Amino acid sequence: METAEKTRIVLDARGSFCPGPLMELVRGIRQAQVGEELEVWSSDQGSRRDIPFWVQKAGHELVGVSDQEGYTRFVVKKLR
Amino acid sequence: MANRISMVVFSGTVDKLYPVAIMASGAVAMGMDVDIFATFYGLDAFRKGQPQANQKMDMNYAELAPMLGQMMREKNVPSWYDMLRQAKEMGNVRIHACSMTLDLMGMTKEHLDPIIDDVVGVGEFVSQAKEGEITLFI
Repeated sequence: METAEKTRIVLDARGSFCPGPLMELVRGIRQAQVGEELEVWSSDQGSRRDIPFWVQKAGHELVGVSDQEGYTRFVVKKLR
Repeated sequence: MANRISMVVFSGTVDKLYPVAIMASGAVAMGMDVDIFATFYGLDAFRKGQPQANQKMDMNYAELAPMLGQMMREKNVPSWYDMLRQAKEMGNVRIHACSMTLDLMGMTKEHLDPIIDDVVGVGEFVSQAKEGEITLFI
């Protein structure tokens, strides 16, 4: 885990296969404080649906999704 | 209804143990409990030392086994056992050994990998599975 911007925790799960990136996010959210933002980087195709679905189900906020070259960044805010 | 997925793990080949670990991980991520009943070859896969040593693959796909193995090593895919252990650390995953298979093979819980929680009979497992909506046979 490394801190990219001031308050955002980056979980670099590139190269990890389904459900690896989702599992890292779940773990990361558990360790984070309410209100904190996490950024997950994933090159796994399943994340594109799995991560937004989980974020909604778990009651957090999907702040943004952005496609990079060869991977996707998901920004998630812990709400509870 | 219990928020639970139950799996009867009958197969002991690595290609079938992967979906067990992956389904368990997904279920844990979604906040579900997981109950695994390891029986026959599936229980053999949990014999002490076997999770690390077992490289058996489905015979029907034997010609693919070396290629798949190599691809997984190259891409650093964690073993099914490590994935299952991680799922267990993250959520409520219980792994039960089939008492009948143990008796048949003349083994006790001490012969099994410590990831196994307990030894249960089929009656108890089926009664618990009945409380959940999903039961898989793998």
